Parts: sequence; structure tokens; C-alpha cells
Amino acid sequence: MRYEAPDSIEAAVSLLAGEAGKARILAGGTDLLVQLRLGHVEPDLVVDIKRIAATQSITEEAGGYRIGAAVSGAVLGEHDGVRALWPGVVEAVELIGSTQIQGRASIGGNLCNASPAADSVPALVAAGAVATIVGPDGRRDLPVEDVAGGPGKTVLAAAELVESILLPARPAGSGDAYLRFIPRTEMDIAVVGAGVNLTLDGAGKCSAARVALGAVAERVLLVEAAAAALIGTPVDDAALSRLAEAASAACRPIDDKRGTKDFRTRVAGVLAQRAARIALRRAGRG
Amino acid sequence: MTNSETGLKERQFKIVGTRPLRPDGIDKVTGRARFGADMAAPGMLVGKILRSPHAHARIRSIDATKALVLPGVKAVVTHEDFAEVGADLQDVLENVMAQDKALYDGHAVAAVAAISAGVARKALRLIEVDYEILPHVTDVEAAMAAEAPVLHDDIVTSGVEPAPKTPSNVVHRHEFGHGDVAEGLAQADVVIEHDFKTAATHQGYIEPHACVGSVGPDGQGELWCCTQGHFWVRNTCAALLGMDVSHLRVTASEIGGGFGGKTTVFIDPVALALSRKAGRPVKIVMSREEVFRASGPTSSTAMTVKIGVRRDGRITAGEAVLKFQGGAFAGSPVDLGAMTAFACYDLEHVKTVAYDVVTNRPKQAAYRAPGAPMAAFAVESVIDELASKIGMDPIELRLKNAVENGSQSSYGPKFGPVGLVETLVAAREHEHYTAPLGANQGRGIASGFWFNFGGQTCVSLNINADGSVALAVGTPDIGGSRASMGQMAAEELGIGYDKVRTIVADTASLGYNDISEGSRVTFSTGLATIQAARDAIGKLCGRAAQTWGISPDAVVWEDGYARPAGANAGEFPPLSLAEIAETAAKTGGPIAGHCEVNAAGAGVSFATHLVDAEVDPETGRAKILRYTVVQDAGKAIHPSYVEGQYQGGAVQGVGWALNEEYIYGEDGRLQNPSFLDYRIPVASDLPMIDTVIVEVPNPGHPYGVRGVGETSIVPPLAAIANAVSAAAGVRLTELPMSPPRVLRGIDEAAANGKA
Repeated sequence: MRYEAPDSIEAAVSLLAGEAGKARILAGGTDLLVQLRLGHVEPDLVVDIKRIAATQSITEEAGGYRIGAAVSGAVLGEHDGVRALWPGVVEAVELIGSTQIQGRASIGGNLCNASPAADSVPALVAAGAVATIVGPDGRRDLPVEDVAGGPGKTVLAAAELVESILLPARPAGSGDAYLRFIPRTEMDIAVVGAGVNLTLDGAGKCSAARVALGAVAERVLLVEAAAAALIGTPVDDAALSRLAEAASAACRPIDDKRGTKDFRTRVAGVLAQRAARIALRRAGRG
Repeated sequence: MTNSETGLKERQFKIVGTRPLRPDGIDKVTGRARFGADMAAPGMLVGKILRSPHAHARIRSIDATKALVLPGVKAVVTHEDFAEVGADLQDVLENVMAQDKALYDGHAVAAVAAISAGVARKALRLIEVDYEILPHVTDVEAAMAAEAPVLHDDIVTSGVEPAPKTPSNVVHRHEFGHGDVAEGLAQADVVIEHDFKTAATHQGYIEPHACVGSVGPDGQGELWCCTQGHFWVRNTCAALLGMDVSHLRVTASEIGGGFGGKTTVFIDPVALALSRKAGRPVKIVMSREEVFRASGPTSSTAMTVKIGVRRDGRITAGEAVLKFQGGAFAGSPVDLGAMTAFACYDLEHVKTVAYDVVTNRPKQAAYRAPGAPMAAFAVESVIDELASKIGMDPIELRLKNAVENGSQSSYGPKFGPVGLVETLVAAREHEHYTAPLGANQGRGIASGFWFNFGGQTCVSLNINADGSVALAVGTPDIGGSRASMGQMAAEELGIGYDKVRTIVADTASLGYNDISEGSRVTFSTGLATIQAARDAIGKLCGRAAQTWGISPDAVVWEDGYARPAGANAGEFPPLSLAEIAETAAKTGGPIAGHCEVNAAGAGVSFATHLVDAEVDPETGRAKILRYTVVQDAGKAIHPSYVEGQYQGGAVQGVGWALNEEYIYGEDGRLQNPSFLDYRIPVASDLPMIDTVIVEVPNPGHPYGVRGVGETSIVPPLAAIANAVSAAAGVRLTELPMSPPRVLRGIDEAAANGKA
């Protein structure tokens, strides 16, 4: 196995493009190193992207923030600007692993590991985040909900990699939140995750909303019906009940060692509703 | 002054009962301590084990030709490389290395020694095993069914009349009790009967099994390993390899947790067999996945309990049927479950029936008070419900039926002085018991019992010329015992704790010591340490007598000094231990005390636990809010380590009760062999565990010590189930009480309520 740590995105792309065997990208390594140690992957080339400046920076852009793919949870969590604008995204990233893991685990890695249970992804999807992808044919932007193709698989072409993720600007009266269900209090994988992002207009009605669910399908779901349950309403108990119903209705989970279909379906509604209440508070209500 | 009940002198202790630093403490917090995997030897090879991917399969052939020609491979072993053993060790051998059948997912079928881990892994893939896959069974009740696939052709159920003629998975039927249960139940005002189930759990020790084995061309062997009992490991490995016991020396490393799971052998004989064949030392370290798949978790169970009570709170009869699967070989702790089930209660009519069942799972190993926590879960759940049915405080109900000195136990013998009543009273008086509860919160209480054991023990205590003392014990230190032994030796000798250094000696340095199990170490090794100190004191007094030219009978030992027994003995200034030691060479040579004993008189112990839990009614998630352990220690030698045992038992109980579970797929393969999906509690899941040490001295120990390591895991499953059931508003009868299961219980209760 060859290890390379290029200092430009172009060099990374050309290393990936030039590899005839299997190549893997290393950001924080909190997923990849575990897979290597368990013998689940045996790559010929590992490309470490942490020396590429663009993957390590957080910059303001058009009223939002562009976050490098290799930015760790710990760094993101200390960024006052991102915390203030997208608290739900930050709380989701900070749920990944432990304090030690937070020092390494990256937002781009969490996205590209393509686990349906990834904690940061429902929050990013709810936020309407966009991934900037670089490959042999140049740059392209892709909404984060379209990055994962299925468990452990992305839609990225060979030699493509995520350079950064853009969290957009948002109007006043907005709030977001992420909740996950785990049987323990930490060091666990989401049995269900729910991210909610909403905006209230001057009259207190919901003018925009996005709802995303994790661990209830083969990839993170953007649930438009759940958002529709909120839009145009004062986000009262009736609307929140409809949100919960719509969220549960969108689930198509599996039974596995981490949870049952029935449990995941039901708890998805519960969490979506609870996350919406927090988002509502952050939007200035209550 | 003498305690009238126990006959023990109420002695004023100087060192016993204090909390000095443990001798292994600094090494453990600085990383200097050497655990199983820290050992290395020159020329050492890496050993890896090939494990069956099938739950049940006949092994038609094993072909290692391709592996043996891989450069760097030095040896391959299969069952053919081990000796013929007697019936008592046949199961141990077959568990170490499969013979004609693989009996569970993870069962070892071959092993390789190579120059690196990479080569060893590659070699494992080159070993060709021809399996004939057989139908499998992992559930205890399914394994008992007539149509179940049978694991062993030579197991025919014993303990039933008439004796069956065909083999089955039911190894043995046990029965305990006295009186006439039907008659007792007829006297009851309320009778409650429930079925219960518990999942198999793992001890969850953080250190995986690890060892280095070395057998030289002269046939002399050495083994370094993490174990709770290196003398047993030595005897067993010697038998499995066909060696003389004296040709194998075993040294126990520091141990990163055992809880009963390191009382047998898995990899040690394999490392020795590989080393013998390769001619070089071989190190084997299990991965966490191997630990889960192929060490010794505890039984999963199905139980039925029926208890009757009068309105005045007197229990009229108790009956239990217990079915435990113990993995692929005989010997689940179901008999211990049956013996302990009703041990807290003084009953006229009691009967327990127990079935030991084999399934296609790893052979169970001991896990703290083996069998008792599950039985207590079932019995104490019913007791709790009975209390609520008759409107009686649950502690009051237990006090009305609690065993005391002289009570006939449910499993046979009469109890001596015991502390159950004291723990119940202390729990009732604890502020926790009456603290207010909020919405969706519930309080649970349960009591538990464990026998505690003594056993073979051998100790040497050497007085050094400078007056310091080297104490060599043969029981691996799994809970701070080196500190406790040092305290007892110092107390007896009348010297400072810092003057005594306690070590765990290797198997060549002491006579046989039973395993550190059965909560026996502080009791038995403590007793032997005290006797060895007294033996040394006798010799010290003899040397003083010789120096003074008086009779040894005229010398007494007080506070670290030899003194003339009285005015008649003569006037001599007292001689300290150090002064006598300094001149030992001139007065007869080295001074040492010894004790070899098969310790009897281990005092049983009882505990009562209080738990507060909160249940999220929308997700079924249970949270432990508060926990108090009250337990009888007899005499706490080092209270911090006694408290640590209490807290540890409660914490392991929390995991067992709420989330820990061996999950098998339809294919008979373990689905969750990692700490990610086998969910032991993390620190943030737990409240501070409060402890109350009750001391009702054990007359069988010079200081009154009772074992404390196991009793603490007996009540938690029941106490937590009672708390969670109260919080959820529904009786939960299946462990773990994972969120989906609790939510289903809440739903079913709601549906029944509407109906």
C-alpha cells in the first residue's frame, strides 16, 4: 500500500487518476483506518488530503460558509460564525464519535463514507448544503443529498473528490436542529437521525423548511412531504403531528442489530418533531 | 470484647480498613504495567487461529499444504497436535481446537505460527477446510425441542426418570428445594407466575486474551498469559500437550479484567503447541471480534417463576423452572441459578428445577456469580409485583421473609450469621429510598445472594534482612488484592503497609493455588496470609527467645515487637521485626512464614440495590438516574476496593439489563462482535453509584472477611427491571430492556388497557 500526501487538489486528482489499482482518500481516517485494520478494504494507494489548504479552511462566502472537506469536528465546533449561523449542523458534527475522534473526524469524510447513519449528513441536507467536487474534468457542485448512492457508495466518478462543502446564507427567523437516537449517550451509531431546518416569516408562519432523516433508508432521505407539513403553517401542534406522520411514512428501514423497522419508523417521527421544536426555538419562537 | 453472634474478637485494626495505594497503581496509570499482550521473547513468532464461519459443521478434512509452503510460515497445528486427555478435560480440549465438528461460529479449527501478522493472516486463508454444513440451533428453548439438531451424540439427559434412550441437547436436569410447593401455594392469597428471558452477555473485559508460549527442544515450557488462575492454566496446558506439570512454568501478567471469563484456556495451549512445533516462542493475541465469538460469554436463559404470598406478607411457596444454554458444551451455571434463586428467603415450601442445555454458541465461561443474576431477575421481579399486589412496601415484604442466622437455605444447608436483614434495613433507612421521583420515573429494589468460595491456597511470606517483607501469593490480582494482602500481613506483623511488598508468584514458586474466582481471594489468600504471618511471628519470637536465652513460650508478639511474656520471663528490651531480621543469619538463617490450606468457612453474602430509572415514553429509552448498592462485606479490608467491586457489579448489571446482548443471525453467526454494537455502558450513561458497606463478620475468617466480588452483580438485573417497569407502567420480563422492547411493552400495555 502506497501513502501519498499531496499539497494541491490537482496533485491529489492526478494521483487518483493515475492509480490502476484501488485508491482510497484519507481525511480524518476515523472510518478508513478502522476499515483497514479490520481488513475490509485493502487499497493500493491512500491519498491523504489534509495537506491541501482548501480542505482545511473555513471561509465566508456569500453570507454563508465554505468548509473544507478535511475540517475536523473539533475545529468546526470552535468556529463562532458557523455555530451562530448553522447550530444544527455543528451539533450534528459534534455527535460523531468521542472527544478524541472529534479531533480527526471530518465533515467531508462523514459525507463520503456514505453511511445512511452518518450524523452530520441529515443536518447538512436539511441545511441545503452543496458539495464542491474536483476531478479530472474540473469542478462541479452537487447538493449533499445526492452525494451518497447507497450504503458505503458515492456517486463520485473515479479520481473525483469532495474539496469543500458550502453552507448557504439564510434569512432572519431561521433555525435548524439535529437529533439522533442511540440507546446509549455517546460512542454509538444513530439508530435514527433527524435534521430540521425552517424559516419563519414576520407573521410567524413557516415560509421554508427542509427535513432530512438518517438510518431509515439506504441513504439519508430529504423528506419533502415532512417539510410540506410545516410550510405555510404556524408550526403548531397539529402541523408538528403531520410532520411526524410524514417523516414516519417516508421511512423504509431494515431490521438489523441496531434497531427494528417498526422502531425506526416510529422514532423517526418522534425525533423529527422534537428537532422541529428546537429549530423553532432557534428561529426565535418561544 | 467478643461478638456474641460470630465469636470474633472485636479487634481494633490499625491498617485493615484504611485506604492505602495499591502496589500496582503507579504502574497502571503510567503505562509501565505489563499486560498479556506486552510480553515479548527473542525470536518470537505470531500465532493466529483459523475459526469456523459455520455454526455447526462436520470437518471432513483440513489441508494446510499451501499454508506450510508460504515463506515465513513456521508451523500449523490442528487437533491432531494435542494429547489424548481424560473425560474431565475433553470438552476443554475440543473447545480449544475443534475435532470432528465445528460447534459454533468462531470455533477454532487450526492455527498457524509465522514471522509476522501479515504472513500469518495470509497463511490462514491458504488452509483448506472441507466443511459439511449441519443444521444449527442457538436458542435455548429451540435446542430443547424434540426436532432440534443434536450437537453431541453422546449427551443423553441425566437426572430424569426414566432415563431417555436417545441423545439430546439437554445435558442434565437438576432439582433443589424442600417442602411441598402445591401445599404452600394453596395457602397463598395471591399467586403470581411469569415467564422471563435473558440474552447472553459477555463479561466485557477490556483486555483481550493474550499469551506468549515457549517450548524448548528439551521439552521445558514457559507461558506468560493474562489469566485469573495460572496454576490451573499450567495443569490444563500440561495435560493438553502431554507434558509433566513440572515442565511448564506459567507466569500471570497484569490482567485487564476477567470477571470469570479468564478462568479457562482458549489460546494458551495453542501457543504452546505452535511453539513446540516451530521451535520458537509464539505470541497469540485475540482480536476483539475473536473475544466475542470465541471466548466464554454467559448463558442465555428462559425461566418461569411462581410465588405465592399471604396478605400479611408471608411467602407461602416459591417455584422456579430455569433453562440455560451454556454454548456448545455441558456446564451452564443453571444449577447455581437454581440454588441461588430463592436463597434470600426463609421458605417452608420451595422447589427449583434446572435444565443445562447445549447450543451452537461458544462455551460459556463464568461471569461474576454465574447463574445467579438471571435467577434473581426472575424471582425478584415477581416479589416486586407481589408487594405491589398486596399493597406492601417491597422492603417490608422482603424483611418479613428474609433469611437470618439459623435459617434453612432453599438449596440445602443452614445459614450461619448473615447480613441480608442488615442490608434491607440500611437500604430502607438510606435517603435514596424516600427521595421524590418525577414523571416517567420509577424506583426499583432487589436483593441478591452469592455463596462465595474458599479453596486451595498457598502463600509465602519472607522477612528480609532490612525488616521489609516480601509476600508471594498465587492468586492473580483481579480487584486490588495485592493491597489487601499487604494490609493483612502488615496488620498481623505490626509493621507499616509500605514495608510489605506483595507479588503474584509464578507456578514454580508456590504450591497450587485455585483460580481467583468465587470471590475467594480476599477470604482465602487473606486467611493464608494471616496464617503465614503468624507462622513467621512464631519464628521471630523463637529467634528473640534464643537471643534472650529464654523459652520461646515466654515471648509474645505485640505491635511489631517481640517482648517477654511477663515479669517471670525476664527483663529484656523489646526486639523489633527489623532487629530480629538483621541478625537472622546468626540466629538460624532466613525467616519466612508459610501457609498451605484448603480454606473452608467462606461466608455467604447478600446485597440490596436501589435504582431510579426514567423511561422516555415515546422512544422506550431507559436512563439510570440514581443507584445505591448496599452489601455485606463481613469486614472491608480496603474499603475503596470493596466499593469498587460494588460499583462494578452495578455497572455491569446496567449493561446487562438495558442493552447488552449476543445477537445471532438466521445463519447462526454472531452479528455484533464489537464494542460498537455490543453495547456496554459508557461513563456518560451512568450516575455515580453510591455504596453502603454493611459489616456482619464471617466467623470463618480471622478478621471476618466475606467475598464481595460477585454478590454485587446479582441484584442489578432485577432492581433495574423493577425500576424500569415502574417508570414504563408495564412489567418487563425480557432482557435486555432495549428501547424497541420497552416501547413494545408500553404499546401492549396501552392496547390491553383499552381492550
